[in-house]
Amino acid sequence: MKKEQLLDLYHQMVLIRRVEERGAELYQAGKIGGFMHLYIGQEAVSTGLIAAREPRDRVITAYRDHGVALNCGLTADEVMAELLGKATGMSHGKGGSMHMASTEKNFWGGHAIVGGHLPVAAGLALGDQYAKNDNITICMFGDGATNIGYFHEALNLAKTWGLRVLWVCENNQYGMGTSVERASAVSDIRQKAEGYAMKNGEVNGMNVLDVYEAAKDAIDYVRKESQPYFLEVDTYRYRGHSMGDPERYRKAEEVKKWQESDPIGIFNKYLLEEKIATRTGLDEIEARVEDEVNKAVAFAETSPEPAMEELFTDIYVD
Amino acid sequence: MAKITMREAISQALMEEMDRDPGVFIMGEEVGVWGGTYAVTKGFYDKYGPDRIKDTPIAENAIIGAAIGAAMVGQRPVAELMTINFAFSAMDYVVNQAPKLHYMFGGQFTVPMVIRAVGGGGRQLGATHSQTPDAVFAHFPGLKVVSPGTPEDAKGLLKSAIRSNDPILFIEHATMYQVRGDVPDGEYLIPIGKSKVQREGKDVTIITYCKGLELSMKAAEELSKEGIEAEIVDLRTLRPLDMEPVLESFKKTNRAIVVEEGWKSYGVGSEITSRIYEEAFDYVDAPILRVAQKEVPLPYNRTLEQAALPQVPDIIAAAKEVLQ
Repeated sequence: MKKEQLLDLYHQMVLIRRVEERGAELYQAGKIGGFMHLYIGQEAVSTGLIAAREPRDRVITAYRDHGVALNCGLTADEVMAELLGKATGMSHGKGGSMHMASTEKNFWGGHAIVGGHLPVAAGLALGDQYAKNDNITICMFGDGATNIGYFHEALNLAKTWGLRVLWVCENNQYGMGTSVERASAVSDIRQKAEGYAMKNGEVNGMNVLDVYEAAKDAIDYVRKESQPYFLEVDTYRYRGHSMGDPERYRKAEEVKKWQESDPIGIFNKYLLEEKIATRTGLDEIEARVEDEVNKAVAFAETSPEPAMEELFTDIYVD
Repeated sequence: MAKITMREAISQALMEEMDRDPGVFIMGEEVGVWGGTYAVTKGFYDKYGPDRIKDTPIAENAIIGAAIGAAMVGQRPVAELMTINFAFSAMDYVVNQAPKLHYMFGGQFTVPMVIRAVGGGGRQLGATHSQTPDAVFAHFPGLKVVSPGTPEDAKGLLKSAIRSNDPILFIEHATMYQVRGDVPDGEYLIPIGKSKVQREGKDVTIITYCKGLELSMKAAEELSKEGIEAEIVDLRTLRPLDMEPVLESFKKTNRAIVVEEGWKSYGVGSEITSRIYEEAFDYVDAPILRVAQKEVPLPYNRTLEQAALPQVPDIIAAAKEVLQ
């Protein structure tokens, strides 16, 4: 990967973190409502993954979607505005934190029912198969989603019909507050793909370049073979499941241990050690992000509320 | 005009739309090699092949979920649920996803999908396979719910549904595939969301749809022999609901009954009755009555099942009661 690309990945990861940190503050201040699930700690996963796609490849994820939205090319302005429920958000303030999307950026949401978007992802791939193109669909979901029926119906269909889906399980060790061991018959989640004779692999989700390489290979396989692939990514969220999570299910030491392998820290160190960037260079990126996020907050706060007429728009097309 | 069965009408609609638009394909359980469990897609597999007539696993979430996804990226899937009772297995998609996607993402997504589902009792299939839960689905904004009562309407409405850019639940009745009726020659469409007067009369208004139409037409013939002329308004679409012909008729007759096959509680009849009271109270000459299914899970035994379902004599009795 070229230097500019590597620095762009770093920028994306820092941007996700700062947008969410500011989002958390705005949530505490009562400016963001509903549920909000932070991606902090998992930034390397979607950053590496989405960097590996072609623009024609589709991305669909669950409700932990702010980072994915940014990686897909949505601006911090649009993300922040949607979090604040403003008319300038990409879903016009009707979707909120869990429902971000952009058809233009080939980002198909932002879905809030656990596992519910997996059959839909199979459907996106079905649409492409029917259209006889070679687009692939990257479908991200958590470890918790692999215990629900949708998952199994979707994997079975994808394999049976040869749908080009890259299934990406972000194993962040917990489905809400229940650890993988307490909720799943197998803790090695990719074993579930074996049940569908689906090729699979595992990668360290705290290292963005590892994710990128694994995703590249997986995407090549899916596209060339017209077969689904299952990639398990080991990762960890540093914040609670959603805002207001009392986190009784894990110890502070455990979080601290994972923070030692902070994906941004790891990548920062790599860029310096490999002399791809200087300390000043990375500081500049961080300062640029700070500026972007400040502007995004200002943009969102000064953006108009959706007009009252919006209540009745977009219920039907016809 | 040709006289064809409901089955032929639906089959013709599917075939005409598949011939017209290569984006239209069919997916569902046993729609292909088997030819459809109600034989609606008989011969389709040979004509269109496996790419356009897709036999799915018995997995309703996969069927409707994948149909939604394919629709989102521009195809026009017609997904078949072998019975509407299986829609409960895919309830999340039918009521919680398909109807929400356009609105929730600020208009970015569209779901031009038709779900064909077979509903209704009367075939001794027991409680879990015999329901008429149409009102449940009609409860949700964002979904359109269509349920025709004649071959003409079935064909014209299904063609419109396939061309529509919204998710549509198209409900057929399991006992009506052999019902015959006149269908116009050549291509025609019937707009979704328009009720229709199927029989004119001056004495009492019967509001109904689907199987209720068949029963109400028979009841009207009997009533006519006694000098009572019933006007029958067929809703055809439950959501969006077109009340204009209903109100127009009611303002003429001032008396009405609502006939549906589903349960009375929280049903279509409850909705129509409320709307008439809200919008035409000054015209009410008698309490509006509802004819519906008894409040029991449908039993297997034929006599018991028929006793639970609304019948022609129930309609006649209700019509006479509102005329007293």
